[in-house]
Amino acid sequence: MIIGIIDYGMGNLRSVQKALQSVGAEAEILRDPRQAEDVDKLILPGVGAFADGMEHLNRLGWIEPIRRYVDSGRPFLGICLGLQLLFEHSEEGDAAGLSILPGKVVRFSEQRGGQRLKVPHMGWNTLNWTRRDPLLADLEQGAAVYFVHAYYAAPGDPALVSAEVDYGGRFCASVWRDNLWATQFHPEKSQRVGLSILRRFADVS
Amino acid sequence: MLTHRIIPCLDVHGGRVVKGVNFVNLQDAGDPVDIARAYDQAGADELVFLDITASHEQRDIMLDVVRQVAEQCFMPFTVGGGIRTITDVTRLIQAGAEKVSINTAAVVSPDIVAQTARRFGSCATVINIDPKRVPAAQFLDDFRASGRPEPDDGGWRMADGGWLPTAALSDPSSIIHRPSPIIFEVHTHGGRKPTGLEAVAYARHVVELGAGEIVLTSMDADGTKDGYDIEITKLIADAVDVPVVASGGCGSPQHMVDVLQQTRADAVLAASIFHYGQYSIAQTKQVLAEAGLPVRLT
Repeated sequence: MIIGIIDYGMGNLRSVQKALQSVGAEAEILRDPRQAEDVDKLILPGVGAFADGMEHLNRLGWIEPIRRYVDSGRPFLGICLGLQLLFEHSEEGDAAGLSILPGKVVRFSEQRGGQRLKVPHMGWNTLNWTRRDPLLADLEQGAAVYFVHAYYAAPGDPALVSAEVDYGGRFCASVWRDNLWATQFHPEKSQRVGLSILRRFADVS
Repeated sequence: MLTHRIIPCLDVHGGRVVKGVNFVNLQDAGDPVDIARAYDQAGADELVFLDITASHEQRDIMLDVVRQVAEQCFMPFTVGGGIRTITDVTRLIQAGAEKVSINTAAVVSPDIVAQTARRFGSCATVINIDPKRVPAAQFLDDFRASGRPEPDDGGWRMADGGWLPTAALSDPSSIIHRPSPIIFEVHTHGGRKPTGLEAVAYARHVVELGAGEIVLTSMDADGTKDGYDIEITKLIADAVDVPVVASGGCGSPQHMVDVLQQTRADAVLAASIFHYGQYSIAQTKQVLAEAGLPVRLT
């Protein structure tokens, strides 16, 4: 079983690869979209600006291969920017996304829920899962994971959300539909809890 | 609920952690990866690696350290020290640092802040600010010597919340009526070099340029172990809406409680209290939790 990690020039992917390897998975960094056909699972990681991310995916020819991959029903995981890119649109750079999931990506307001909020949302925050997401199966309610982002996804279909997090109000921390998962937080930076999520992803069939 | 981060800071020289880290079960007290692993297991929320290597030739060693830590420790970490250009930033990020922390270069050429934020996002752009109290008259001298343009808003904030107008540059008598006017002036080189920049205005400026976090090290408190500098931390954490990490002066977990309760600081950085085994991360978090502060208990 090989997990492919999409390299589209948005951040260092080695920590994702090494985290997967540390839980016993075989993980390969993919630079050519044609390689997607040869892997059993695919991960879209990424940090940085949404518009840059889409521009890089487009230029490197990843957009259609990613859509096809998700359609095929093989396991797919988006992380951080990789979650946001799955949606239709982002306020960051007013750019269109992959439109695999309905909804948009919006910026945290410095005034939210009647309080002054620090943006970016940076640090360890506690998850409340709302459904029995198989990737989160090892997590207790309230397990802390690492977030670092200034924008968050507002899914058009609330049933997509599998866990929420509170930062001046609740927002989407992860989504799950069939064999498609995505997390706003960084499992590869979330120590033991994060590794348990990656192990579950490695184990899903 | 978002928890307050407890961040040990490690000084790295020539690829080795210096200032001794005294941990049980540590095979090699100078090895950054071993130490990072130990802190990971101990429940540290994030690590800062500060490259204090003087020579440029040894920079590649730091890149190797970053690479190894990124590949073997699955926790957030920031790398700072000696970053001069966007090329330095790029190499560190490519080596696996998720955030870079810029100090002197942001003072000398603020454009590096905008470049880093544009290229790697505000979330990866951390600015170190090292303020120090100086008499207003001395600040005015430093400002003149810096050759900077006069501030748009016509003056500078003083430590007591008062206002030092630019008019004082030509008419020093305008500040004489105050008993001891003090300015928080940004310094570089560990507090040795004044910059002519007032710290609160500078903090606002770097955030406008794209900084996503500020690490604030009071040069008055640093090394004292008497506690964080509540006064300047409060001023800066109130002035900006990005996370602020309080740094300098921590001698006990209670000092962390004080600064987190009395200011809008989000996180605390400390070195010696952890490295010498004086307090464990778990003990520290227990003290914070008992004070009613949200922390991540592992």
